[in-house]
Amino acid sequence: MGLAITAPDQGPALYSRLRRRLFPYALITPSVAVIGGILAFPLGMLIWISLQHYGLRELINHQGEWVGLGNYQKILVDPLFHAVIVRSLAFTFTCVSLTVALSTLIALLLLKVRRAVRVLVMSALVFVWATPVVVTVDIWQWMFDYEFGIINYLLTQLHLGNFIHHNWFDNPVQGFAVIVAIVVWYSIPFVTITLFAALLQMPSDVEDAARVDGAGSWRRFWYITAPILKPIFLIVICLSTIWNFGIFNQIYILLNQRPSSDYFTIAIYSYRESFGVTQYGLGAAIAVVMVIVLVIVTLFYVRETVKVAEIS
Amino acid sequence: MIAPGTAQGIRTRTEREAVSAGLSVNVWRRVSQLVYDGVGIAVAVVMLFPIYWMVITAFKPGRDILTLQPKWFPAPFTLDNFKDAIARPFFLDDVRNSVIVVAVMLALALVVAFLAAVGTARFGFRGRTAFLVMIIGVQMVPLNALIIPLYMLLDSAGQIDALPGVIAIYLAVVLPFMIWTLRGFVANIPVELEESAMIDGCTRVGAFFRITFPLVGPGLVATAIFGFIQAWNEYIIAYVLLSSPNNQTLTVWLASFTTNHGPEWGPLMAAATLTGLPVVAFFLLLQRYLAGGLTAGAVKG
Repeated sequence: MGLAITAPDQGPALYSRLRRRLFPYALITPSVAVIGGILAFPLGMLIWISLQHYGLRELINHQGEWVGLGNYQKILVDPLFHAVIVRSLAFTFTCVSLTVALSTLIALLLLKVRRAVRVLVMSALVFVWATPVVVTVDIWQWMFDYEFGIINYLLTQLHLGNFIHHNWFDNPVQGFAVIVAIVVWYSIPFVTITLFAALLQMPSDVEDAARVDGAGSWRRFWYITAPILKPIFLIVICLSTIWNFGIFNQIYILLNQRPSSDYFTIAIYSYRESFGVTQYGLGAAIAVVMVIVLVIVTLFYVRETVKVAEIS
Repeated sequence: MIAPGTAQGIRTRTEREAVSAGLSVNVWRRVSQLVYDGVGIAVAVVMLFPIYWMVITAFKPGRDILTLQPKWFPAPFTLDNFKDAIARPFFLDDVRNSVIVVAVMLALALVVAFLAAVGTARFGFRGRTAFLVMIIGVQMVPLNALIIPLYMLLDSAGQIDALPGVIAIYLAVVLPFMIWTLRGFVANIPVELEESAMIDGCTRVGAFFRITFPLVGPGLVATAIFGFIQAWNEYIIAYVLLSSPNNQTLTVWLASFTTNHGPEWGPLMAAATLTGLPVVAFFLLLQRYLAGGLTAGAVKG
C-alpha cells in the first residue's frame, strides 16, 4: 500500500535528487576545466616534451622524436648547467634569508612605532607591492646607470670609494648584488604585511607572562613569538623560494634581454635553450628539474606544517 | 623617627626608588619611541625612494636628467617626457591590449571563481577535498616552467600572437587564489540568513542573489584587485606569446623601450610612471571596500 503511494513520486524525486547532487559539480566544472587545461595538462606535456628531441622542425610538424632520458643525460654532464643550478640555489638562499630577516625586523618595528608612522610605512609597502616588476626593474636600471645613476653619485659622495663611471654589471658578483637588492626590495612588502598581520593576531597573554617572568625581548621573540609564527614563516619562506628560484623578469629585463651566460639562472637557461636556440626538449628537461627542486622544497614545507599541526 | 628595616622604612624607600625609576623609565620610553619612529620613517623613505626617483625623473627636462650632480627636485618642470612616451609607436595599441586582457580576464575570473567558491563553501560533495588540494597545489607550480608546453598548446590551436591565449593563461593563474579567497568570504556568511529570506517567501535562487551576493561584494573587490595587479603586471607570458608590436601588452612595450631606442631615461621613466599608475589608482579607488570587507567579516561573529 505504502509502496503504491510513493511509487508515482519516485521518478521526479529521484530526478531532483540527482540534480541536487550534480549541482555542486556543475559549479566547479568551469574552474576544473580552466585550471586542468591550462596548468595541469601542460605540466604533463612538459614532462612528455622533455623526453623527446624537439627542435624547430619538430615544432612545425607537431611531432617530436623520442629520446628517453637523453635530454637529462645531456644537461647532467653540462658544466654550464651545474653552474646554473649552484647559482640559482645560492641566489635563492641569499634572497630568501635577506627578505625574511628584514621583513621580520620591519614587522616587529611596526608594532612599536606610533600610528602615523605605521600608516606611512604600510602605504610605502603597498606602493612598492603594486608597482609592476618591469617598472621596478627600469627604475633600478636607471638608478644604477654607470654614467648618471644616483647610486654611483651617492656612494662617491659618501666617500665609500670612487664609483664614477662604475659599471655594476661588468662583474657578475656585483651584478648579482644589484639583482638581489631589487628582488629583496620588491619582496619585502608581501612578506612584511603577512608577518605583521600574523603578529597582530598573536595572543598577548603568553608574551606578557614571559615578560613578568623576566624574559628579555630577544628571548621573548626567540622562544615565544617565533614558534607561534612558525606556520606563517614556513608559508612565506616556501613561497619566496618558489618565486626566487624561478627568477626571470628582473635579470632578463635588467640586462636588456641579452644576459650573458654568467647571469643565467635556471629559468633563463631553460628559456634560452628553448626559445633562443630552439631546443625545446632540452629546455623542457631543465624546466622539469626546476619543478622537481621546488617540489622537494614544497614537500619539506608540507611535512613541517603537518608536524606543527600535530603539536598544537 | 623610623628605624631602617622596619616595615614603614622599607616602604618609603621602595616608594622613592619607584618614583625615580618611573621617571627614568618614562624618559627611556620616550627616547626609544623616537628611535623606533625614526627607523620606521627611514624604512618608508628607503622603500619609496626608487618610486620617487622615477616620478621626478619623468618630470625633469632632459638636461637636468643627464647631470653628474643629480637634482633632487624637478625644479624646472616639464611634461615633455610624457608627451614623448605617448607618441612612441604602439603605445596606444598596447594600452588598449592591456585593458582588454585585464578586463575580459577579470570578468571571466570573477564569474568562474564565484561559482566554484559557492560550490565548495555551500555544498558537501565527493571530491571536494581533492578539488581544494588541487587549488592549493597548482599555486606551487612556477609559471616560468610551463612556458614551453603553453606555447606549443597555443601554437597548435593557432592562438600564438593573439590575445585570447594570453587571457586564458592569466585566467588559470589567478583562479586558484581567487577561488580560495572567495570561498572564505562565502563560508563566512551564515546560511541562516538565506534560510530566513526563504521563509519570508524568497526562492532559493532569489535568496542567494538578494542576501549572499551583496554580502560577498567586498570579497569580489578584494579578489578583483589581486587579479588586476597580477594580469596588468605580468611580463614573460605576454613576451613569449605576443610577437608583433601592435599585439603586445604594456609591460612588454615598456621592457622593449630601452633595447629599441637606447636608454632615454626621461621618456622611459614617464612611460614607467604611466604603466604603474593604473594599478595604484585601482588600488586606492577600491581600498575602502577592502577595509569594509575586513570589518564585515568581524561583525558577523
